[in-house]
Amino acid sequence: MNFKLKIWRQKNSTDKGRFVEYLVKNISPDASFLEMLDVLNVELTRRGEEPVAFDHDCREGICGSCGIMINGRAHGPGHGAATCELRMRAFQDNETIVAEPWRAKPFPVLRDLVVDRSSFDRIMVAGGYISAKTGGVPDGNAIPISKPIADQAMDAAACIGCGACVAACPNSSAMLFVAAKVSHLALLPQGQPERKSRVERMVAQMDAEGFGNCSNNYACEAECPKEISVSNIARMNTEYILAKIR
Amino acid sequence: MSLTGLFLCTFLAEHLAGNLLLFVNDGGEMYEKYSEFLVSNPVIRTIEIVLFASIIWHALSGFVVWLQNRRARPVKYEEYRLGDNTELASRMTMLSGSVIFFFLVIHLGSFFVPLRVTGSDVGAYHLVQEKFSSLWFSGFYVLALLLLAYHLRHGFQSAFQTLGLRGKGYDSILSAIAFIFWFVIPLGFASIPVYFYFFRRASGAAFTLGLL
Repeated sequence: MNFKLKIWRQKNSTDKGRFVEYLVKNISPDASFLEMLDVLNVELTRRGEEPVAFDHDCREGICGSCGIMINGRAHGPGHGAATCELRMRAFQDNETIVAEPWRAKPFPVLRDLVVDRSSFDRIMVAGGYISAKTGGVPDGNAIPISKPIADQAMDAAACIGCGACVAACPNSSAMLFVAAKVSHLALLPQGQPERKSRVERMVAQMDAEGFGNCSNNYACEAECPKEISVSNIARMNTEYILAKIR
Repeated sequence: MSLTGLFLCTFLAEHLAGNLLLFVNDGGEMYEKYSEFLVSNPVIRTIEIVLFASIIWHALSGFVVWLQNRRARPVKYEEYRLGDNTELASRMTMLSGSVIFFFLVIHLGSFFVPLRVTGSDVGAYHLVQEKFSSLWFSGFYVLALLLLAYHLRHGFQSAFQTLGLRGKGYDSILSAIAFIFWFVIPLGFASIPVYFYFFRRASGAAFTLGLL
């Protein structure tokens, strides 16, 4: 397959940046989007040009490193998949593909398609931890948690922190990310000691970082590669209200 | 936003219930009594203050949230297909809200001010009849109520999400109540200008007869 790429190129965080068009040829329909970029970068290197910088690590949808806005959609067309899991067969032959970095004030662009997501780390530092000493790994059947609760906590814990929720949200809100982390720990016994302070601190840090407000558009849920439900946002709102009035 | 929004929704239900008296075929006698009650009752006068405060709070906080959200993305996307994943009603709350605010200024200026503040020569019923005889006025009301429907289609369920009351197993009941608020109530309101323009126009008796 052949494609015309329109890729955001930006030298560093102070550069203004611009779109540059490239042609890539003979791409396998089974190649992932990142593999297609690899092919482009080999060609750019051969020509003596600077390769396109993009984040990647596991390339199997579990690390949360990759993340590109592709044709106006976070992680590209389709649902429930990260950029590394997106195959080129999702596009038409000779299609023009627009690739740009996540756009949000708390995600400054470092270079090309790479953004600084340390604002997420600072939110985690603010409260995304437990202080309970849990010891070694206990027997699965020795943990007193019902199956439905364990499932809900696991669904929230599936968040890989890629930032697609922020990128997809018209308000650049980080509510789905923070809600997933708050829900995951609030549902489990290990998370109880900091239950109240966690939600207050994480929300305060989220606001301090300059993320937008949630207006319940639910674009985040639709673009989340781990399909995390917005019911986690409702749960975090309950946690927050209870923490404030108690 | 959620609490004031829901409070304004309860007001809409009450306002429509009262206004349905306009359809009573007694030349406006019952409606006049109802209008008189609203103006003179001290409880209503107190709630009125809460109501105005809620409208202002809701509008102002909506504006602040909108402004903050714009600032959160200083560089816009070249291509952004938000429409693939979200409903039109969710994307246009600022627009629908602004038109509703403009509508409220006109609405209060047309009915609330003459009936409650400056005093009117004609009664409430005849004022309604007079105002809705204008095609422009009635048309604007229908348009504003259409936008109100869109506003509430997003807003009603959104308020429950904000309060953490969604996704708890009673979402189907909630969406049934939401349907009443976003569809039935605005439709009920819109039927008033339509009814008056076509069937109770101040000088339009001949027109009505001609139409039928």
